[in-house]
This record gives sequence, C-alpha cells and structure tokens, in this order.
Amino acid sequence: MIEINNIRKSFDGNPVLSGVSGKFEQGQTNMIIGASGTGKSVLIKCIVGLVTPDDGNVYFSGRDFTKSNRNEKTEIRREIGFLFQGGALFDSKNVEANVKFPLDILTKMPESEKLDRVNSVLSRVGLENVNKKMPSEISGGMKKRVGIARAIVNNSQYLFCDEPNSGLDPQTSIRIDNLIQEITKELNITTIVVSHDMNSVMEIGEHVMFLYKGHKVWEGTNETISETDVQELNDFLFSNKLMRTLRQAQNGE
Amino acid sequence: MILLLRAIGRYFIFAGSLFTNMESFRTYFKLVIDEAILIGYNSIFLVSIVSIFIGAVTAIQTAYNLVSPLIADYVISLVVRDMSILELAPTIIAVVFAGKVGSSIASGLGTMRITEQIDALEVMGINSVSYLVLPKIIGTIITFPLLVILAAFLSIWGGYIAGVFTEVITPQEYIYGIRAEFNEFTVTFALIKAFAFAIIVSSISAFKGFYTEGGALEVGKASTSAVTNSVIAILLADYLLAQLLLN
Repeated sequence: MIEINNIRKSFDGNPVLSGVSGKFEQGQTNMIIGASGTGKSVLIKCIVGLVTPDDGNVYFSGRDFTKSNRNEKTEIRREIGFLFQGGALFDSKNVEANVKFPLDILTKMPESEKLDRVNSVLSRVGLENVNKKMPSEISGGMKKRVGIARAIVNNSQYLFCDEPNSGLDPQTSIRIDNLIQEITKELNITTIVVSHDMNSVMEIGEHVMFLYKGHKVWEGTNETISETDVQELNDFLFSNKLMRTLRQAQNGE
Repeated sequence: MILLLRAIGRYFIFAGSLFTNMESFRTYFKLVIDEAILIGYNSIFLVSIVSIFIGAVTAIQTAYNLVSPLIADYVISLVVRDMSILELAPTIIAVVFAGKVGSSIASGLGTMRITEQIDALEVMGINSVSYLVLPKIIGTIITFPLLVILAAFLSIWGGYIAGVFTEVITPQEYIYGIRAEFNEFTVTFALIKAFAFAIIVSSISAFKGFYTEGGALEVGKASTSAVTNSVIAILLADYLLAQLLLN
C-alpha cells in the first residue's frame, strides 16, 4: 500500500500541488485523473522521488520515503516499476537487453535465469520473437508493453504508469489497460496509473482520484464516478460528445 | 555573475555525485570498455587526418619563415616536433575532440534526459550520474592521452612527408632535427595536458547534456554549449598549465 499525506509542490512560486493526501491499496488499479496541467504527473513523480515535494510524506507499506536516507530510498526504489509516457526504453539496447537491464544491475542471477525471466515477462505482456529488435523498430503499443515488462521483471511491489495510453489507438489502449489490471491482480502489487483518458478510467479504475488545479476534489470508483455532483469532475467527465450522448441516453433524454 | 557561480556550484555537486551510490566494479568495467571504444577508437580517423595536416602545414610554414641562410634546415623539424608535442597534439586535438566527442556526449545524455531514460534509471534506484557519466569520463581519460601520443607522432610524420616531398628539407636533416636538443619533459607536459583536457571535455559535455530541459531544440543548444564551454575551458587550462609547469 502507498499512502500520501499533504503533498505540496510549487515551481517558481506557482503551486502545482496543494496538500494532496490519499491511500492507494495493494492489488487494485488506482488511478489519478485530471485535465492536462493539473499536477497528475508531478504527483506521481513526487511519490517516486523524481521530484522532491516541498512538504508532505509518502509511505510505501508504512516506510516514510520522504524521510528516508539515500540507501533506504534506493532499497524502496528497487521495488518500484515505472512505465513512462513514451516508454523510456534505452535506445542503444534491444528489447531483450532493455527488459534484462534491471536484473543485470540489481541482481546476481545467472545469465540463463535472467533470460528465462525476460522471456517469461515478455510472453506475459504478449510479446514474442521481438527480443532482438531495437526500440526504434517496434510500434508505440509494443514499446509500452516492453516498458511494462521491464517494470515488472524484477518482481516489483509497486507499479506506476504515467499516461500509458498516450498516442495509442483505442483498441491498443484497452489491451494495455487490461494488461495493467491483470498484472496488478496476478502479482498482487500496488498500481497507480496517471491518465486523462476516460475510457481507461471506466475500464480499470477501481480506485479513482480526481485532481483539479493541484487539489484532490473527488475520490471514488469507476462505478460511482458518473453519479458525482462535483462540478469540476462533471465538466471533465462529460467534456466529449460521446460521454454527453451516453449521459443523455442514460437519463432517457 | 550569480548565474555563473550557480552553474559552477552545480557542476561541482554534479562531479561529487559521480562517486556516490555506485554500482558494482563489473558493471563499470563493461561500460568503460564500451565508452573507450566509442570515444577513443572511433576518433582515431579524425585525429589522424587533423594531425597529419597540422604537422605538414607547420613544416611548410616554418620553412617559409626561415629566410636566413644562417639558420640550419633541421630547425624546421625541431620546430615541428616541439610545436606538435607541446601544443598542437594536446590542445588542437582537444578542441577537435570537444567538437566530435563533446557534442556527442552532450546530445546523447540530453536525448536520454528528454525521453525520460535518465528518470527510468533513477526510478530503478540507480545513480544515473555515476552510471552514465563516470564511464564516459574514465573512458576519455584512458583514450585521450593515447590519441595525443598518436597525434604527436602523426603530426611529426606529416611534417616529414610535406617537408621531404616539397624538398624544403632532406630526410637526414629532418631526422636530425627531431632528435636535436630534445627535452623529455615536453612529453610529460603534453600528457599532463591531455589528462586535464580529457576531464574537462568529458565532464563539461556530460554536465551540459545531463541537465538538458525541454525538447529537441534544447538538446541542440546543450550540444553547442558543451562544445563552446569545453573549448573555453581547454584554452584557459592550457594557459594555466603552461604558466605553472613551463616557468
């Protein structure tokens, strides 16, 4: 479980996060949603320590990450898998080397065992016979899958996904969403997904946190989100025509 | 001024973080070998071309300026030798090296920064400065002095080819000249400069690339800035080392 308490962050005096708190439970897909520029990515980067919050605490299974020393932070970080928006695959390494990288650096496994593990996670994300391909030779959806494989190869306890669907077609997006949810259940890990894609929210958002201008203004599930009376969330939720049409149909208008 | 001091402070913090939270020796060993090949071996062709022509031009221009019949022809090769060892091989090659390798280091790290590859390393609990930059610096420290030795040799050889083929000097006089009044310390001095320039080029370029912010345009700017700053630092260090060690 991950708990955040009163996270604040400003850039050049402009507040981006204004005291965000919440809990992200193990074994479920937690989503942080909101419009662009509302502080979602900054929040997720504060949680993993890529951005240092001005104030507040982050707890990984009770361990205070913000107050940890360098070695303790390194230990916690080695339990984290992170899927970046663009995949962040290492350009100079092929798919296999990218996925194997955390094992090379963080473990002393024999090479054969590493390769077995790599093939196993690549197979789990639905990628086979691409081991020797370079990141530039695979599609955006495949890059995301490789990114997920790299994030879970070292038996991570916490999985973070920053906009996993950006730049993907709707069908591939749903496949990636379902993959993230299945992996979360299978490995019983704590997953936090940052997204502004309502399809993803409705598909996998077991716990949803809505941010608006750096504040948490709503928290719930994908089942209760459409019943909200929070104006900012409604504006965000029904900003596209499809959602408005569905609402009208639901209301029998 | 404050910005400059801030940048210098940041540079030293960056240098300090090279040696914290390091990975295993085996990891660095492989990376250093890779970087040594990428940085050193791949620069041999350019360094060779530049050195041969610098030596050839130095020989011809020295001969052109030696108009007095009282000055022996072997002075041409003596000048080529000392110029090559003292200045042309370490300094000019360092400037060329900054253009080729410095820009490559800065743009490589800059691209890794904007595509979040550096963040990916940090999230894994890896000290990205140490993992990415230290092998580049060590690889440069190992290979650049070797390139300088090669450059000095080829520069003197280039002077020989140009001098002999244009008949401004005979082979015997040229060989006599490069052996006459030889001071071994010039080689030591050249290697000290090579060592200093290797650290300057690799660390400044890595620093500029590592802290790139923005997109592709900023990667280009970081690369240009890396070369400019490295060249200025090379010239400054060149003067300081000459003042300190040759006086």
